[in-house]
Amino acid sequence: MPNMAMKKNPMPSQEPQARGRNFQEVALGYTAQTAIDEAQRCLNCKNRPCVSGCPVRIRIPDFIKEMAAGNFEAAYQIIAESSSLPAVCGRVCPQESQCESKCVRGIKGEPVGIGRLERFAADWHNAHSTQAPAKPASNGHKVAVIGSGPSGLTCAGDLAKKGYQVTVFEALHLAGGVLVYGIPEFRLPKSIVQKEIDTLSQLGVDIQTNVVIGKTITIAELMDEYGYEAVFIGSGAGLPKFMNIPGENLKGVYSANEFLTRINLMKAYKPDSDTPIQHGKHVAVVGGGNVAMDAARCARRLGADVTVIYRRTEAELPARREEVEHAKEEGIVFRFLTNPLEIQGDEQGWVKAARCQEMALGEPDASGRRRPVPVEGSEFEIPLDCVIMALGTSPNPLIKSTTEGLETQKWGGIVAEDETGLTSLPGIYAGGDAVTGAATVILAMGAGKNAAAAIDEYLKNK
Amino acid sequence: MNRILRKQPLNPTVTLMEVDAPLVARKAEPGQFIILRVDENGERIPLTVADYDREKGSVTIIFQIVGATTEKLNHLNEGDFIHDFVGPLGRATHTEGLKKVAVVGGGVGCAIAYPVTKKLFEQGAEVHAIAGFRNRDLVILEDEFASHSTRFIRMSDDGSWGEKGLVTDALKKLIESGEQYDEVITIGPLIMMKFVCRLTKEYGVKTIASMNPIMIDGTGMCGGCRLTVGGKTKFACVDGPEFDGHEIDFDEAMARGRTYQDFERHAYEEACNLFKEAK
Repeated sequence: MPNMAMKKNPMPSQEPQARGRNFQEVALGYTAQTAIDEAQRCLNCKNRPCVSGCPVRIRIPDFIKEMAAGNFEAAYQIIAESSSLPAVCGRVCPQESQCESKCVRGIKGEPVGIGRLERFAADWHNAHSTQAPAKPASNGHKVAVIGSGPSGLTCAGDLAKKGYQVTVFEALHLAGGVLVYGIPEFRLPKSIVQKEIDTLSQLGVDIQTNVVIGKTITIAELMDEYGYEAVFIGSGAGLPKFMNIPGENLKGVYSANEFLTRINLMKAYKPDSDTPIQHGKHVAVVGGGNVAMDAARCARRLGADVTVIYRRTEAELPARREEVEHAKEEGIVFRFLTNPLEIQGDEQGWVKAARCQEMALGEPDASGRRRPVPVEGSEFEIPLDCVIMALGTSPNPLIKSTTEGLETQKWGGIVAEDETGLTSLPGIYAGGDAVTGAATVILAMGAGKNAAAAIDEYLKNK
Repeated sequence: MNRILRKQPLNPTVTLMEVDAPLVARKAEPGQFIILRVDENGERIPLTVADYDREKGSVTIIFQIVGATTEKLNHLNEGDFIHDFVGPLGRATHTEGLKKVAVVGGGVGCAIAYPVTKKLFEQGAEVHAIAGFRNRDLVILEDEFASHSTRFIRMSDDGSWGEKGLVTDALKKLIESGEQYDEVITIGPLIMMKFVCRLTKEYGVKTIASMNPIMIDGTGMCGGCRLTVGGKTKFACVDGPEFDGHEIDFDEAMARGRTYQDFERHAYEEACNLFKEAK
């Protein structure tokens, strides 16, 4: 008999007061008892709508059935068939707009907490399983993966499971891509990312850090000299965007990428790190996406009063609802319908204020969202000592400029087929933010997965 | 991890290290840089490639001990390993078609000015090298410049080496005497490059300046190295590090360079104390 409770079991969390001052994980995870109770809310529908909402098509009702029976390891194994990063996805996937949005239980009440269950199964496995994954027999074919973010790791994992000899090339000194430089510790502990990467290494994936493809080695060299028969480009998003308003190069103005990299990758919040970061007292984050929320919550943890400045209203915020709620609970203030016009500095070149303007929502634009228009005579100043621009990124030019014949979109994204990730060059596939522009971890994973299947198909028929 | 093959102090505060880095050596060109981390908790710092040996697979870096990281780096010896070493990054110096060039280096910037001087000289260009130091104790690469330039002009602030005066004095003299350069290339402290560019602008001589701003990833991800060139924001790591010197906003670059001054001073003192205690 299923558990017919209308609401999900709530996620135990650190108290907002305490967590707003530390970098430890906010969501604490279900207990085994709660996990079983939540799993029992699943009706195990015949037509499985949830699976259609998952970019990597995890057999959701099957793993939940095992969880309901307390077979957590069996549940994990089902998830691992489809996902290379279960502990990561259980934490950062926007389940509310994917699997859970299709859940029948969500029609009258709340959907099953699929993400929370996935997280529990993965954490349980990581804590209890001592068995290393079996390294598949090699099929003798070499594939190179560029970038060790979500798309690259997924592609590498899927290919390794099929017996390919996979090398992942990472430009930074640490593997994980946005999972280590972008998403903060309190949302995704780095030890969890490392564990997922270790699992890939056990599958036989070779990870080479400190290699910048396009600079250290070109794609042509990978194929002609190093003998890779196929290449997957998962190089991620690139150059941070700025507003092109006066004062953006003052001291105390960061791109969200820089601010988050200093904190997450370089651990600038820890006393033993050699990397500096400004501890602002009054910080504004410009933008309304998940990256803006991450930057705001990091600044808060460094001791600042934080204001998020967004030019539309709360209803248009692109960030996940849950992240916005967490940010508010931690004391972050939102100024909606506000747009900065200029950042003002003091005599030493430090930020001292932002001159802003009130906005109103006008007619819908091409994207269907109502366009913000300035309100005449509404200018005002906010005193600040630090501004973080979280406005998205434009694609990195390094691979494009060094790979002859690789077609890109007008805005710089790599042209790749939807279904396969195939680029304009044979044997070269691409996926994730390098193709779509800034998106989510799970969409990048889906692209990595599709490309792995396509590469397998290509090399089998070659 | 990259092994240090050779370490050589060039003066009391400047050290040369030849590092085993075959992949970087294979591709490195004058004007490009590498990023390194000394140890597990180290920061990422950019250093320009001072030389490379493709056959041996080594890259030479020359650094001045100015802060905690360079202090720690200087405590490594031959046979030790640098934790991370990645490159070559940035664009190479454009040297094609240049027939007559003045290369103006200042202080440790001469370490970066040398490889381009050498490359230009070896490709048959007439190269006038002007090197400036505060005093003779700080001079580096004197023989190298002398043997790889058509003319080599030595300048020092106190007159203890070559002529007394600034590099701009020497450059001005050359231009005034009728020397016509396809290009001036300048590498050194920001304030020096600013005045070199101001001078050459007066005479309408195209000038390239090599910038060395604060960086983290060095691959076009963080935007920390941005500067204003011709009114537009540019990223030194992927668009540079060399730019048209007449278009660079040097004052802004100088201000940005001082962002972490207090932190750095403190970290440097701590690092020095740590090494003192260890002794």
